Amino acid sequence: MMSTQTTADVIRAKLAELTPLELELQDDSASHAGHRGNTGGGHFNLTIRSAKFDGLSQVQRHRLVYELLSDEMRTSIHALSIRAIAANE
Amino acid sequence: MDTQALIQQQISDNAVVLYMKGSPKFPQCGFSGLAAQILAASGVKEYLAVDVLADPAIRDGIKVFSNWPTIPQLYIHGNFIGGADIMRAMYEQGELQKLLSESAE
Repeated sequence: MMSTQTTADVIRAKLAELTPLELELQDDSASHAGHRGNTGGGHFNLTIRSAKFDGLSQVQRHRLVYELLSDEMRTSIHALSIRAIAANE
Repeated sequence: MDTQALIQQQISDNAVVLYMKGSPKFPQCGFSGLAAQILAASGVKEYLAVDVLADPAIRDGIKVFSNWPTIPQLYIHGNFIGGADIMRAMYEQGELQKLLSESAE
């Protein structure tokens, strides 16, 4: 089952926890293939809007995302750029 | 000294500390390079840049220290500020420059 699911699919599925109002995930892995220090994980640009970010600092918002993706951050994600936007912003 | 104590000392002894991959002149990762560029653009003359690739204990330890899984990490006056995305957002809003100029006083 896991083999048919891409890292991007897994990221989307796990972030569903934040009931995103908007979720844009761009897989930028190709442009980083083989650069130094890249152990093979993917590069992703994430923009996510969620009411669960309301009232939270940027650090707190990023931590929420990192916590949901903690397994992937150790394995399949090499780099993740995050834009976390509250519902009321 | 254990790694957590060493990190605590680094961020206490230096007003601005950037944990990064490589050095400001020769960054080994795009995010670390961006972080160093943002500090330069913010007018920071002096800061401590710690190359985590040179020390595996720091590389792992810094992630535990602030419960933050990625590098770079910026600290101002001992406070964790964020990674490259947060630095960029704060820079674009002028907040980072403000924090840094206050830290130089």
